[in-house]
Amino acid sequence: MAIEVHDVSKRFDDFLALDDVCVRVDDGSLTALLGPSGSGKSTLLRIIAGLETPDAGRVLIGERDVTDTPARTRGVGFVFQHYAPFKHMTVFDNVAFGLTVRRRPKAEVRERVRELLSLVRLDGLAERYPAQLSGGQRQRMALARALAPRPEVLLLDEPFGALDAQVRGELREWLRRLHKEIHVTTIFVTHDQEEAMDVAEQIVVMNAARIEQAGSPRELYESPRNEFVMSFVGPVNQLGDALLRPHDIQILPGEDSPAGTIEALVRRVVHLGFEVRVELTLPDGRHVWAQTTRERATELELAEDQILTVRLPAPRTFAA
Amino acid sequence: MSASALPHSTQLDAGRRSDDGAPAARAGARRLLVRVVALGYLALLLLAPVAMIFYRTFEHGLGAVWSAATAPNAEHAFWLSIELVAIAVPLNTIFGIGVALLLERGRFRGKALLSLMIDLPFAISPIVVGLALVLVYGRTGWFGNWLATHGIEVIFSVPGMVLATAFVSLPFVARETIPVLRELGTDAEQAAATLGASSWQTFRRITLPAIRWGVVYGVVLTTARALGEFGAVSVVSGRIEGKTLSLPLYVQDRFENFDSTGAYTAAVVLALLALATLLAMNLLARRANKASGANTPTPAGGRRPPIKNPKHASAGPAEVTI
Repeated sequence: MAIEVHDVSKRFDDFLALDDVCVRVDDGSLTALLGPSGSGKSTLLRIIAGLETPDAGRVLIGERDVTDTPARTRGVGFVFQHYAPFKHMTVFDNVAFGLTVRRRPKAEVRERVRELLSLVRLDGLAERYPAQLSGGQRQRMALARALAPRPEVLLLDEPFGALDAQVRGELREWLRRLHKEIHVTTIFVTHDQEEAMDVAEQIVVMNAARIEQAGSPRELYESPRNEFVMSFVGPVNQLGDALLRPHDIQILPGEDSPAGTIEALVRRVVHLGFEVRVELTLPDGRHVWAQTTRERATELELAEDQILTVRLPAPRTFAA
Repeated sequence: MSASALPHSTQLDAGRRSDDGAPAARAGARRLLVRVVALGYLALLLLAPVAMIFYRTFEHGLGAVWSAATAPNAEHAFWLSIELVAIAVPLNTIFGIGVALLLERGRFRGKALLSLMIDLPFAISPIVVGLALVLVYGRTGWFGNWLATHGIEVIFSVPGMVLATAFVSLPFVARETIPVLRELGTDAEQAAATLGASSWQTFRRITLPAIRWGVVYGVVLTTARALGEFGAVSVVSGRIEGKTLSLPLYVQDRFENFDSTGAYTAAVVLALLALATLLAMNLLARRANKASGANTPTPAGGRRPPIKNPKHASAGPAEVTI
């Protein structure tokens, strides 16, 4: 089901969370709502789910205007940041909840829960309580629970936020594969650009209650519409009003300067595995950092206090 | 190198041991002192008087106690007290949960005022409550005429006593439930809603199980208060022997009539009733904990149960539930 949000605004007392927001999410897509905290992304997600009511605007799921439909009949699966487990119920009962409230036959419930637990790789843990699961397992239980009633739309609020880095990486990969398998229209909220680019097919960048830009990860990275998007979706150097990406700064051997290049002093060389970060001082005293590879760094024999030549890319400027 | 390191580390160990020894002993002494003071306080204030009552009751033998306990007026007082509790406690439980939900989950104007009003019975002296009820429901009160013409007796009768009991024991369930609801948060309830549960299903299957220990504790307090209430009930009852004497009123009635065995016996029955309430809640809590290993107890239930299956528990970090 495609999701359309038309001119939605939402205010909490003195805080404007959403300011006339329009967005469209294609049927079957995997979309990230990306933005800093307080940008309104969670509020937008909760409005789509029906957990908040917009002050103005409409929400459509498929062809259906659901603006006035309560959460329970929207056909939306929602995964909360802290999983919201039903602590007094076993994993089985948690996952079965969406089916038992609909009074589905017992055999069907058992079958569906078994199927979902295997999908989220929690087979054998059905009789445990949420308190006896690890963070990642709890997250997957929450996901299975949300999927049980076969929602048309799956919404995840900072789904990996509370997990440690390694588990987060595994779950990302796993969410992508899951999406491929079940094809339910999925939106997840994140403040981590790498996570958004890694998982999503489409990214909606939000800032200060508005949508800055929507597009594929590549589009956003290569043609950001404004300064905010450019600096949010990847690392940048700022030179006056201009922004440039560190990997676009070309480091050349030697001190002779062909046309279009300038000299630079190496302040520091940081080895981050494959990536090498070179901190430079330009002749006018400004600092930039360049990103290069390990091989290239070896080839150039990069060392601190070395003077070398760099070619700066055409910097990007955005009308204020 | 190891030769020089060895004495050094031994010295260190020795130093640590002697450092630890003294504070440990001091801490032990401090703990003992705290225990003695706490137990002594409890003994003076609580145990001694209660023990005295038991002693005085059985002073003249079991036969006297038995005949005092089975006197018609005593039996009547016993059943009247049970009746008051049986009506007031369920009423206040439903009301208390409702108000707690309203205050914690609702959005409306005048919330602070409602919250304040719930505490009124704590603030107002029970005697004043009784008088106020007489003013409203008595013969000359606001509804008195209307009630009288319809043949309904409230004051100097059981309905008035129920009202007074309900009034004074009103805040407990709400006050015990509100913090638990707040602690619980709304995530689980919202999750239930997105899964298609109706408000009633959400309440019945998600909220109520999560707040039940708060509610149970509130019920225990409500029951204790309802059983023991004297002032307000005394004013509205008219203290008619064999008709409107609840147990506490009966105790005083016997006492004033120099029937000390009767008074003490009734007092002991009252104490045993309260004890039975606590015990029942405790058993209930224990059984419920056995039924669902993951849940935590209760102020009333007392003991924190061991985690159901330690083998499983070690697999993940145990989570603190409220």
